Amino acid sequence: MNSRVKSYFSHTTEAAPLAVFRIFFGLMMLASIIRFWANGWINKLYIEPQFFFSYYGFEWVKPLGNWTYILFVICGLSALGVAVGFKYRLSIVLFFLSFTYIELMDKTTYLNHYYFVSIISFLLIFLPAHVYYSYDAKKNQRNAYDRIPKWTIDSIKIILFIVYFYAGLAKLNSDWLLNAMPLKIWLPSKYDLPLLGNLLQKEWVHYAFSWSGALYDLAIPFLLINKRTRPYAFVLVVIFHLMTRVLFPIGMFPYIMIISTLIFFEPKWHQRILNVLAHLLKISKPSIGQHKVLSQAAFDSLNVKRNVIVVFLLIQVLLPFRAYLYPGELFWTEQGYRFSWRVMLMEKAGYANFKIVNEETKQRFYVDNADFLTSFQEKQMSFQPDFILEYAHYLKSHFNHQGHENIGVYVEAYVALNGRRSQLYIDPEVNLANIEESFGHKSWILPFNDEIKGL
Amino acid sequence: MKKTIGLILSFCLLIACSSSDNAPDDQVDTFDRSVMLTNWADNIIIPAYQRYISQLDLLKTAATSFSAAPSTSTLSALRDQWLEAYLAYQHVSMFEIGPAESISLRNYTNIYPADQQSIVENLETGDYNLVLPSTNDEQGFPAMDYLLFGIADTDEAHVEILSTPIASTYLLALVERLNDLGTTVLEEWRDSYRDIFVSNSGSTATSAVNKMANDYIFYYEKALRAGKIGIPAGVFSGTALSNRVEGLYSRSYSKRLFNAALDAAESFFKGESFGSSQTGESLASYLDHLSSDKDGERLSALIINQFSNARSTANDLLDDFYSQVEEDNSKMLMTYDQLQANVILMKVDMFQALNIKVDYVDADGD
Repeated sequence: MNSRVKSYFSHTTEAAPLAVFRIFFGLMMLASIIRFWANGWINKLYIEPQFFFSYYGFEWVKPLGNWTYILFVICGLSALGVAVGFKYRLSIVLFFLSFTYIELMDKTTYLNHYYFVSIISFLLIFLPAHVYYSYDAKKNQRNAYDRIPKWTIDSIKIILFIVYFYAGLAKLNSDWLLNAMPLKIWLPSKYDLPLLGNLLQKEWVHYAFSWSGALYDLAIPFLLINKRTRPYAFVLVVIFHLMTRVLFPIGMFPYIMIISTLIFFEPKWHQRILNVLAHLLKISKPSIGQHKVLSQAAFDSLNVKRNVIVVFLLIQVLLPFRAYLYPGELFWTEQGYRFSWRVMLMEKAGYANFKIVNEETKQRFYVDNADFLTSFQEKQMSFQPDFILEYAHYLKSHFNHQGHENIGVYVEAYVALNGRRSQLYIDPEVNLANIEESFGHKSWILPFNDEIKGL
Repeated sequence: MKKTIGLILSFCLLIACSSSDNAPDDQVDTFDRSVMLTNWADNIIIPAYQRYISQLDLLKTAATSFSAAPSTSTLSALRDQWLEAYLAYQHVSMFEIGPAESISLRNYTNIYPADQQSIVENLETGDYNLVLPSTNDEQGFPAMDYLLFGIADTDEAHVEILSTPIASTYLLALVERLNDLGTTVLEEWRDSYRDIFVSNSGSTATSAVNKMANDYIFYYEKALRAGKIGIPAGVFSGTALSNRVEGLYSRSYSKRLFNAALDAAESFFKGESFGSSQTGESLASYLDHLSSDKDGERLSALIINQFSNARSTANDLLDDFYSQVEEDNSKMLMTYDQLQANVILMKVDMFQALNIKVDYVDADGD
């Protein structure tokens, strides 16, 4: 290994930033789980539907009926365990597994920020986030440290960097920059916001928001890294995310991001936060300066962990680019669209009318999607090809069980993207029952009638 | 460099946050949804209910006259008035919002096919409770359709069956029930719901515009497109189901009922005042307000054009859809396709333009 790399990995820093991150992340997750439950979404999204859309390869992950509630209990308790640093390793592993299981149960509910939570919690499994200001550290002083390898904190910064910067890159396209789409559709409908309502009707505002949004995403990681610009950057982070909170139904994500960006600050800030926390909770804060150092050199297992994380981060850097391996317009086909920080880029709506045909007698009838899907599922299904295919297969097996024979499943699907007229989406002549799902190109998606230039 | 970017950013955001102070009541660019809601409520919905209730009052009179003096002529008058009230109903059926939604007006007024067997039992036993949801296919216009047109072969036989005390009571109870339901809805609109509706002009999923638009498209899809044409044509079953047409027993009115419903749906889209061609703010004018005119023909024009296409295709249908399905179902299927084309224009293109979510589910986005 080259010496500069070696010396980078031997750098240590105060443990406080990671401890603060752990605490706030855990509390945010606990709040998310409680909010999810309180909104009745467990029942509405995971128990009421009779059919669930699976991720390719994860068809075995399904909601567990009423046991699904237990899953959320485990997820919430383990989030609390993470926050407190109680049996940290077990807590974070349980949290990662339960949270990710929940997200895999139905891809209808896919959100980039859920994916963000999954990868951050995976990362946290390998980081020494519990060696300082935690129950574990207090209980067992042998495992308490106040300095940790610097790369452990940097790994979280890298993820945040990727999230913002890639979200910015994805906005460098003609729809976003030249047509102010989809903000041109979204903003005017917020006409009843106090103060902003009238302004949001104006075209120049749509462009201003589009451009400043793209600039923000591209610049903010650099502004956060640079010590001189950091305080301003944080103000921008707060304004930007609160703005998105006001304008869009975006849930906990703005708060999670605001809290996460604290990781960029100097340890003295985190010490202050921990002092306040200690004061509020009336607990004693571990003093620093004892120089109990968790050094890279001292622990073999840290090297293994470091290697895992390096590989993981490399995957994170590369994965979003997989979309370029597919032909056709990405926004249209959505091949490689998920898991790549393409956030709030599209206003897409569709209507998919499925036709069941007896291939022998040519007798046919149409399906009422409401018989099988919730309105949320139907909405998500109607413009995403992998959903359409999976649902077509489900329909085939359903009608097979009902005694129908020689079943062909065809779809007449229309999709409108970013304010364009709707157009036919899927080749209506293709029998979807005969198509296998794969990572290969879906040639049965009809070509997009327009062109979106850019990344 | 970084500083410059930061400055530009702050500047953009600052402008975005602050300059609203300089534009206090600039309504020029804003489509005022409450004006549209007012037009809907005052010029379309309430007048349509008023007309419906006045027709139901006449229906009550006709039913009372018939039961007082059963004859083929009072029967004929009752039948005519039943049709008038049924046609008037087609103009309110799509407004299943607020009071109509809470009492499930459509479910108790126009569920077909009627349950023949239960109706016959009711006639014989006089034992029924029309408030029960399970009896929704033993009441409303379809049940009366069966009683007035389908229960015997001749008019004389109808008079004879319907003049028994139990039958006469049942008939009056059906009319009374329609009247009660319709009146409840109209009174609530007048007393309180009109103001609630008009003032709920926000942009949330539960705002009146979003809800009305969803209810409208639901009606268009389920009751108009599927109920009146698609289901009897066998679109969802593979085999035609001629006995699922509206107006099954009268055998001559399904087309008139369909046309009334199609006209009502188009008028609502265009914002035409009830019973006149005077227009106010509407889904169409809202779309025009938002459209940039860059993309060729206006969406509102496409939708209105598609209403015309559906109407002219339906023109070729027989007055009685039962016979149409039996004799030449392909014309029913063609009409269905024309109606279907507007589902896409409205539910996909229009909803996207207006940023209205279909049956919005209260979940997070990103």
